[in-house]
Amino acid sequence: MSFSNLDTLYRQVIMDHYKNPRNRGSVDGDALTVDMNNPTCGDRIQLQMKVEDGFVTDAKFDGEGCSISMSSASMMTQAIKGKQIDDALNMSTMFSKMMLGEDVDTDELDFGDIAALQGVSQFPARIKCATLAWKALEKGVKEE
Amino acid sequence: MDVKAIRQQFPILNQEVNGHPLVYLDSSATSQKPLPVIEAVDAYYRQDNSNVHRGVHTLGTRATDKYEGAREKVRRFINASSTAEVIFTRGTTTSINTVAYSYARSNLKTGDEIVITPMEHHSNIIPWQQAAKATGARLKYLPLQEDGTISLEDVRETITDNTKLVAVTHVSNVLGTVNPVKEIAKIAHEHGAVMLIDGAQGAPHMKVDVQDIDCDFYAFSGHKMCAPTGIGVLYGKRQHLESMEPVEFGGEMIDFVNLYDSTWKELPWKFEGGTPIIAGAIGLGAAIDFLNNVGMENIAEHEHKLAAYALEKLRTIDGISIFGPEKRAALVTFNLDDVHPHDTATALDAEGIAVRAGHHCAQPLMKWLNVTATARASFYLYNTEEDIDTLVDGLLKTKEYFGDVF
Repeated sequence: MSFSNLDTLYRQVIMDHYKNPRNRGSVDGDALTVDMNNPTCGDRIQLQMKVEDGFVTDAKFDGEGCSISMSSASMMTQAIKGKQIDDALNMSTMFSKMMLGEDVDTDELDFGDIAALQGVSQFPARIKCATLAWKALEKGVKEE
Repeated sequence: MDVKAIRQQFPILNQEVNGHPLVYLDSSATSQKPLPVIEAVDAYYRQDNSNVHRGVHTLGTRATDKYEGAREKVRRFINASSTAEVIFTRGTTTSINTVAYSYARSNLKTGDEIVITPMEHHSNIIPWQQAAKATGARLKYLPLQEDGTISLEDVRETITDNTKLVAVTHVSNVLGTVNPVKEIAKIAHEHGAVMLIDGAQGAPHMKVDVQDIDCDFYAFSGHKMCAPTGIGVLYGKRQHLESMEPVEFGGEMIDFVNLYDSTWKELPWKFEGGTPIIAGAIGLGAAIDFLNNVGMENIAEHEHKLAAYALEKLRTIDGISIFGPEKRAALVTFNLDDVHPHDTATALDAEGIAVRAGHHCAQPLMKWLNVTATARASFYLYNTEEDIDTLVDGLLKTKEYFGDVF
């Protein structure tokens, strides 16, 4: 393996989300707020969601971390906006499966850019980076 | 010092990782193990394995002799006055917790102070936070100078007659700062306080003389000094250890057990409840022999050169921030502009270079440095200037790679 293999991990679309994060900031008004961190590496994220009638009507994140954790958060907020909570949780389960290297039908789930994170499964040390935002989502839904 | 010959004693170094020769720069996390240590543990399990201090049979005697022989090697290694002062533990964390549970909880009260520094590893912070909460004592921090060193003037101002315990790291695992522990111990003693030193990054790299430093406690781990994981040492002055209660109760540590009360064995065994880490202690003894054969002075000199070389070379990289003082132990903590340290570490790993990335179990220090994470390259006796050249090349490629994607 050499630097060219890094392309499996650092796909262009991932670096784009890292450099130009979508939905970074905070939600206006009342929102479900979840703080999550990865104690082994110091990455932290704050996820805010507005949930109305079982739908995620807005989602924003803020935090500090590596390209994988921040791009994953950016992609996730994009994907769950407008989704039913149950669908968002279903996506989270599928994402975990994808991180374990299992085949996941990403089209059916409307994964969009998230599919680019598939390569993370080949870098076991980085899986926790990618799942941080999704863990925050699950924690938030559970608390609600 | 013949580093090439030394490297041949470390079989793990002779391998390729991700298609490149392994460059191991994470010895501050854990060191690699030389053949004499691997063989000592292997030989113990093949020939002598038995429980210690109780077998009448021959194997029991052999295991006991080897285990206690290792204790004597540790005693000489740190120049303790007696093996009664050398307690085998699971590692530095357990050693510090033993003092925090036993000594601190019975000697501290409301109004007393515990003085530590912001550069401590979590294992030399949290035990004191907990001890402070349990006793009502106050936790106080020594300030750091801008370059991450401690000034004795600050030490004199911070330690007061209310200070009962001072706990300071010998060497910072992030900044590489080598603290003036002997001077700090002297000031602590002038105020009637006891001094504990976290020697996890000290003992593996330099000659330690606990009597010369005059510390009350010195804690260190075997695995950072060529020994197996799971073995460590708590040195304590006999007068303290005698008055301290054990923290673990059970087999091995007792004298008489009655239905409702028991008495303890003498030092050091009263602190070694349960079957001890016999193979680990024997491995530590072998590691000490190995290090002594190379010579601790030679190791310190070699590392000194590596640290200076690493600083010089890394500074040539545009956009690198290096943390810590000029005069330092053999480690360099750094960040590349616009590249997160995890991404740096992943990229270096693709080149076979192992570095640590994260908060290094020193979150308060990360806060002080105003960063969330850093990358760290740390060196030991088996590292070479070529390793550092490879690191610099790897970092240049990393910069280029992430520069391109951005």
